[in-house]
Amino acid sequence: MSASTLPPAGGAVIGTDGLAALVDVLRARGYTVVGPTVRDGAIVLQELESAAQLPYGWGVDLEAGRYRLRSRTDGAAFANAAGPQSWKTFLHPARVRQWTAERAGGELVIEADDTAPPRFAFLGVRSCDLRAIAVQDRVLTAGPHSDPVYRGRRSGAFLVAVECTEPGGTCFCVSMGTGPAAGPGYDLVLTELVDDEGHRFWIRADSTEGAEILAELPGEPASEAVRRSAVDAVGSAAERMGRTMPDTDLRRLMAETLEAPRWDDVASRCLTCGNCTMVCPTCFCTTTEDVTDLTGDHAERWRVWDVCFDLDFSYLPGGPVRASPRSRYRQWLTHKLGTWHDQFGSSGCVGCGRCIVWCPVAIDITEEAAALHDWTRRTEDEPR
Amino acid sequence: MEPDPRPSLAVWKFASCDGCQLTLLDCEDELLPLTDRVRITHFLEMSSAEDSREPATLAGTGPYDLSLVEGSITTVEDVRRIHHIRRISRRLVTIGACATAGGIQALRNFADVEEFRAAVYASPEYIATLDTSTPISAQVPVDFELRGCPIDRGQLLEVLTAFLAGRKPNISSHSVCFECKRRGTTCITVAQGVPCLGPVTHAGCGALCPAYGRGCYGCFGPMATPNLEAMVRELRHDGMTERDIVRVFRTFNAASPEYGPVPGLAAQEAPGTPAEEGPR
Repeated sequence: MSASTLPPAGGAVIGTDGLAALVDVLRARGYTVVGPTVRDGAIVLQELESAAQLPYGWGVDLEAGRYRLRSRTDGAAFANAAGPQSWKTFLHPARVRQWTAERAGGELVIEADDTAPPRFAFLGVRSCDLRAIAVQDRVLTAGPHSDPVYRGRRSGAFLVAVECTEPGGTCFCVSMGTGPAAGPGYDLVLTELVDDEGHRFWIRADSTEGAEILAELPGEPASEAVRRSAVDAVGSAAERMGRTMPDTDLRRLMAETLEAPRWDDVASRCLTCGNCTMVCPTCFCTTTEDVTDLTGDHAERWRVWDVCFDLDFSYLPGGPVRASPRSRYRQWLTHKLGTWHDQFGSSGCVGCGRCIVWCPVAIDITEEAAALHDWTRRTEDEPR
Repeated sequence: MEPDPRPSLAVWKFASCDGCQLTLLDCEDELLPLTDRVRITHFLEMSSAEDSREPATLAGTGPYDLSLVEGSITTVEDVRRIHHIRRISRRLVTIGACATAGGIQALRNFADVEEFRAAVYASPEYIATLDTSTPISAQVPVDFELRGCPIDRGQLLEVLTAFLAGRKPNISSHSVCFECKRRGTTCITVAQGVPCLGPVTHAGCGALCPAYGRGCYGCFGPMATPNLEAMVRELRHDGMTERDIVRVFRTFNAASPEYGPVPGLAAQEAPGTPAEEGPR
């Protein structure tokens, strides 16, 4: 986006006091506010009691297999890219009890676990993650069998998006068309500005409740200068992406490279540890575990995150269908970038870069896709 | 007298430290409910010989519905005894790294046991031992193996309740990384550069060490499909020396066959560990 583009009208400018008020207002309305905060050497997502817990003055250096906090002199709260978790931790939790069963006097009583979930307000949803939530909405609630756990947590959630002004070295949302400007789906959106004019946020509403809350915050109407600075900051972020996907039809690329030797190459490096899928904001697979207690009169069914890198994931009578690491990595990548389109009408990748950062051996989804792309171009050149 | 409907449980010890048996005693809240459901008929660690229904022997007479076996096979007498125990046990479950993988005492498998005997014991002629320490499964068929040094209390209870319910235990063979991610622990390798065996190590501990900022040292042994070559490259990248890498795999699960094919790890001596460096 060039500086000459006219910024959208509207919204307000708030300061850090306004951000503090936002957290207070959301909490007063009964929301459990979840946002970024520094813990254990990373910017994690957890319940916030006040905006003072936000990662003011923290940035991150991101590379394949490497995440480091770095202090920032400008005191910015959101000038850092995706952390180790995504919002699915709260919307699609790692462990959920689905039902309990009691046996008493020869009768079996089964009770669904339908305790009301907290009403979440998510503060600091990046554009890539906003898109990831939209993907999980389609996967988990759009079909004929809507998932009650996800739906219960998602339907009452209030989303405060934050536009990216400082992408990480592993970010590629521009390639995936998912950022850094926030797409639709938020209640409020912030763009953070820290310059000679001070530390402030351009904030806009896109829902009735968002507008109500915005009206309660101390601020003033956004001047054209503020809006222009904000749009420029996001536009500049788009030009500083650390990674890019190959400029090709990825869905077709996946379908055409099933026998590429690159799969053996990546399998020699892949630990099949499952980290990439668990940090992925769109990966949704689960398994169920039935547990009983010692008496045998009490049973519970738990749903837990599962991963296509686990041998048990494809275990059928006779053994696992995808026994080789090659077949498991290929399943993950071809689903994410290819067959996800067939199944859910979009890519499963939003360009957040988490799978690159949190892979202990630095396997890079953009590098693997580029290698497959190179292979198709080389094989096209060869006489057949 | 009515026959006791409860299945009988026996606990056996071979070459081991007793820590895994103690895990059963450590099931404080569940121990009394457990005795409602099983008849603990042989468990020397917990019985005083006078009160025991059985004499305090190392072998027992059986039959037992479920035998928990701790420890590895290191003597000729062990070999004889484990075959006896298998014969008198309907189900046999190994508990812990020694029984499942040979334990730390399997370091002898990479060295000359005669040298150890001469160096360690004042009167080595009293010590009758095999050249190797082997897991129970190398001697007799095993129905289930629990890993860990020591085993996890929750996993032990899961195996016992699954046995009582006649179902398969929920014991996963994937990596420790699953457990870090599910409990929300930030990866210490990626965020802090701490070397960690989590990606190649069998889950079950609940990712205890990484939750306290310490790298996994593999006490549960290899996961289902460990990529040791990629792991070793990563450990080097995280600053471990060849010697430290060999040593970190040469602990409680040293004799696991999965650790064998890794270049450097199959060597008799850790590189850079000359014999004259000190007492072994």
